[in-house]
Amino acid sequence: MTTGQSPIEMLTARNLECIRGEHRLFSNLSFSVNPGELMFVGGPNGSGKTSLLRLLCGLSLPDDGEIYWNGTDIRELGGDYRNVMTYLGHLGGIKDDLTAIENLRISCALAGCEIDEDQAADALRQIGLAGREMLPARVLSQGQRRRVALARLLVTRTKLWILDEPLTALDVAAVELIKGILEHNLAKGGMVIMTTHQELVMSTVTVHHLVLS
Amino acid sequence: MIWWIIKRDLLLAMRRRSDVLTTLFFFVIVVSLFPLGVGPEASILRIMASGVVWVAALLASMLSLGRMFSSDYADGTLEQMLLSPVSLSALVMGKAISHWLVTGVPLVLMASVLGIQYGLPVEALIVLTLSLLLGTPVLSLIGAIGAALTLGLRGGGVLVSILVLPLYIPVLIFGAGAVEASTAGMGFGAHFSILGAFLLVSIVFSPWATAASLRISMG
Repeated sequence: MTTGQSPIEMLTARNLECIRGEHRLFSNLSFSVNPGELMFVGGPNGSGKTSLLRLLCGLSLPDDGEIYWNGTDIRELGGDYRNVMTYLGHLGGIKDDLTAIENLRISCALAGCEIDEDQAADALRQIGLAGREMLPARVLSQGQRRRVALARLLVTRTKLWILDEPLTALDVAAVELIKGILEHNLAKGGMVIMTTHQELVMSTVTVHHLVLS
Repeated sequence: MIWWIIKRDLLLAMRRRSDVLTTLFFFVIVVSLFPLGVGPEASILRIMASGVVWVAALLASMLSLGRMFSSDYADGTLEQMLLSPVSLSALVMGKAISHWLVTGVPLVLMASVLGIQYGLPVEALIVLTLSLLLGTPVLSLIGAIGAALTLGLRGGGVLVSILVLPLYIPVLIFGAGAVEASTAGMGFGAHFSILGAFLLVSIVFSPWATAASLRISMG
């Protein structure tokens, strides 16, 4: 299932190894994520969760091992892989001097899915930022900035979501909202790989736990 | 896509006008200091004019290089750019164009006004403006490579000047040379051809080299 073209969309990691400085974060790490599946990446601080996610989205290269999307190495796929994948890092990419709407529209355009102002306003309303669309991100709270970044998930049409700590700074209502968005994507046959320190109970979907130590 | 980047950077520059103005004021002040220091001898000033304006333009353009990618790096936008299905070279081209629009174009516009201080004849002022118009985009494009290479380094500002200034030398020689040639009554067409060639070469190679440097810096 790891080489050759496969008709089913899936993400496979084989024998991944990641070394940072003198420290080996993980080695011989293999897993695969199928459509409709969610994978939680857990582990203490500094165990390599973010490093793993950065490898999976192609931002950095593994010291050993390969990552395949539908049986093809993601390095060969390049832009085709980035077309089906959304990565939300813990930084979020929110500009202080731009309004919530401008931030959302630009980050969507960068991700290759241009939206007009109404669509952006609609997404922000759904994520609970009604009335704050035109405020510069500078005056938004930490949780509200997080929501602006997460609003991209509402408009994106990508299959594979790689989310680094999406729930930090969010209140209970927002966590429920995000849970709904994730479930919606999984029900459509999408895949989600995320790190979180919060327990997120997902009953209807297949959930994998990957714990780094 | 490239328009999105340009539009966004111009919007950000509009909201943070102080960044744009510091570069411009730096240019104006450096150019104005020379007549004050050297004295009002018209013949000396006329010889120095093109060199001083060009060196000040190099320094002013370099001053703003640090900001080119660092804010995108700090807030995570650069990660998004690297993960965009659009080619990174195109995005980098957009960044270089907006850097030129924000820092290069004001210098070009101010140069002729500052040239008057040096008693340059009208023809020389026109040649100076045109040479800056051809040369400043090269500065932004070459500078982008340096800015990408020094991204996230401590003391990156000094390093970027050490990396980039030697590469600016040919642009300086032919840019300032064009004005000298015109004041000496010689043709300046050859200088402009070479500046144009620099521009074309940097348009082709700089986005590619910058994109590669960004991938290394972010990896």
